[in-house]
Amino acid sequence: MRSLLRIQAIIVKELIQLKRDRMTFGMVVMIPLVQLLLFAFAINTNIRHIPVGILDLSQTALSRVLQQTVAATGIVKFTQNYTSLPQAQAAIDRSDVRAVLIIPKDVSQRLVRHATVGFGLPPSSDKVTSRPIAQWIVDGSDASIAGSIKSLRNMPLAELLDKPANRNVPTFEVSLLYNPEQRSVVNIVPGLVGIILTMTMIMFTSAAIVRERERGNMELLITTPLASIELMIGKIVPYIFIGAIQVIIILGLGYSFFNVPINGGLWQLTFATFLFICASLVLGLVISSLAKNQLQSMQMTIFILLPSILLSGFMFPYEGMPEIAQYIAEALPATHFIRLIRGVVLRDVAVVDMTFDMLWLITFTLAGLMIAALRFKKTLD
Amino acid sequence: MTELAIDAINLTRKFGTMTAVSSLNLQVEKQRIYGFLGPNGSGKTTAIRLFTGLLKPNAGKVNVLGCNLPEDAEKLRRQIGYMTQKFSLYDDLTIKENMQFIARIYGLTPKEQKVRLDELISTYQLTKLNNQITGSLSGGQKQRLALACSVMHKPKLLFLDEPTSAVDPENRREFWEQLFDLCDQGVTILVSTHYMDEAERCHKLAILENGIKRADDTPQNLINNLPASVIEVSTHNLRQLKQQLIALPEIVSASQLGAHLRVLVNKEVTEPVDFLNSTNMISSKTEMQIVRASLEDVFVLSTGNYTNLKLNTHMNINKANG
Repeated sequence: MRSLLRIQAIIVKELIQLKRDRMTFGMVVMIPLVQLLLFAFAINTNIRHIPVGILDLSQTALSRVLQQTVAATGIVKFTQNYTSLPQAQAAIDRSDVRAVLIIPKDVSQRLVRHATVGFGLPPSSDKVTSRPIAQWIVDGSDASIAGSIKSLRNMPLAELLDKPANRNVPTFEVSLLYNPEQRSVVNIVPGLVGIILTMTMIMFTSAAIVRERERGNMELLITTPLASIELMIGKIVPYIFIGAIQVIIILGLGYSFFNVPINGGLWQLTFATFLFICASLVLGLVISSLAKNQLQSMQMTIFILLPSILLSGFMFPYEGMPEIAQYIAEALPATHFIRLIRGVVLRDVAVVDMTFDMLWLITFTLAGLMIAALRFKKTLD
Repeated sequence: MTELAIDAINLTRKFGTMTAVSSLNLQVEKQRIYGFLGPNGSGKTTAIRLFTGLLKPNAGKVNVLGCNLPEDAEKLRRQIGYMTQKFSLYDDLTIKENMQFIARIYGLTPKEQKVRLDELISTYQLTKLNNQITGSLSGGQKQRLALACSVMHKPKLLFLDEPTSAVDPENRREFWEQLFDLCDQGVTILVSTHYMDEAERCHKLAILENGIKRADDTPQNLINNLPASVIEVSTHNLRQLKQQLIALPEIVSASQLGAHLRVLVNKEVTEPVDFLNSTNMISSKTEMQIVRASLEDVFVLSTGNYTNLKLNTHMNINKANG
């Protein structure tokens, strides 16, 4: 009873302080709002309208039609016209364009010998008949842009010749579940919940206890019957609600603006988020008990935040990382949460079925709370 | 035997190689105001922290209100109040919110809270300020709030660490009136200070320097038993005279107070005025008179380089670090 009263005292105090601190209060809403709009619009793995140039050496009607067919795919946008190869290469060096399409003088001859034209299958060993009809030179330093242009390699040319498409029978049939349109925003919005919570939750709590110490309030608190675990819990509880507000903002906007489906149940979502908010808050408390001032706590927050963004699977798939990076990723709460929330939001799995990730977050929270409470001793030694 | 609120035996606390409190023996009787007088860094705050269980001693024992420290520190916390040297309530809360916070921390029920808060707000004249943000208060107002909060749970023992360092003299008088009221209600108070006038108000006083207790007694006894005579010399060239006098072994100390030079002569010299005349440093017409010793004289004698003087029988002079 008394213990609850003491926890209540801390919670009420934190809420009043938060209410007075307009900047922090504003950040609670603005961080998810702005970040969501930024990330959801900005991060797009379906690359469109890459600026490219053209070097048309044949100057025929065919070459112009070919250029228009390529532009019609929407992957590239022709912005420059070049007349010589050195000129085109210099343009790529200067980053004027990302790639240049070179249409050779003999493009018509090449086309008539091409497979799509339908004079039977050319023997692949015969250099004369199997020549490509044109060439791309690409700034290959960015792998995803290079990849997009490479996808143009097997562009069908049937339309060009006004013939029915010569459909190939694929070796495999691929069914895309959960995100059939391949919209990256579907994957990003749930992941963003993890990143924004990592950022704000750790930041708020890591400063929480350090601030009390810096302002001298701690000297008073340790002379009172307040137990360290009570202080920790009292510090965490208000931020659980703040975390909940942020999740509602992100998923709500994602749902209404970006059409991100929320397939899982509300309780599953609440449970997963609650686990992660607690883990992040506790991590913040541990930082808080290690840091000597607010600057240090901020530095440590960034130390956690960067790997959380880069290694958690938010940006790059976990499976693509080397083994060591995977171990580091496993240690971060964000990795487990991003798996959980993507599972719940996109695939409607129950949190309990993702046992490992769930247990890991619970263990992390309890262990962290112990460490923080032990580190914060009620003596000044 | 009178009941003791604090009983410390050979209490020692080191920080690295620095000894902050060295073999401190201290007995504080209940319902008294006990003063800690000492310069900055003399170990006052460390001693208070040892008595409140915030620091663990390296050696020695201390019993506070029947609790053996550091084992019973948690139990003791409900019975003591502690007003820190630096204001340690929340600047971004109002007076009332701060008081409510402390009341809840000490587990007062909502009913008790209301009664106690009203009581304290009127006692410490905070009625008009009630809803003001604490950060905007003056030094005196903050200090009244801090005192009100530190007695929220009606502690039996109150520690005040340099409570008046940010307060003007008038507020200081009022503050001491409130301390005597508390003392009258049965509270034992231990207060640290570096103000002589405050030290003089205490029932009993300990002078600390470099973590060593140089003297402890009632202010009156300390003054009466000063092993030096105090003579006020009025002349010109005081700065020069001071330098000459201070070189003599019989002169304990000399300090200028406006147009006078306050000279402390060792008590073994029975006729100090004649002695000063005999030195030929002072012209015969110079006005000299023996005056009553002050607490400052006691302080000066018991600290600094004068500790080799035997002060009085009540004083525990520690030979270590001499």
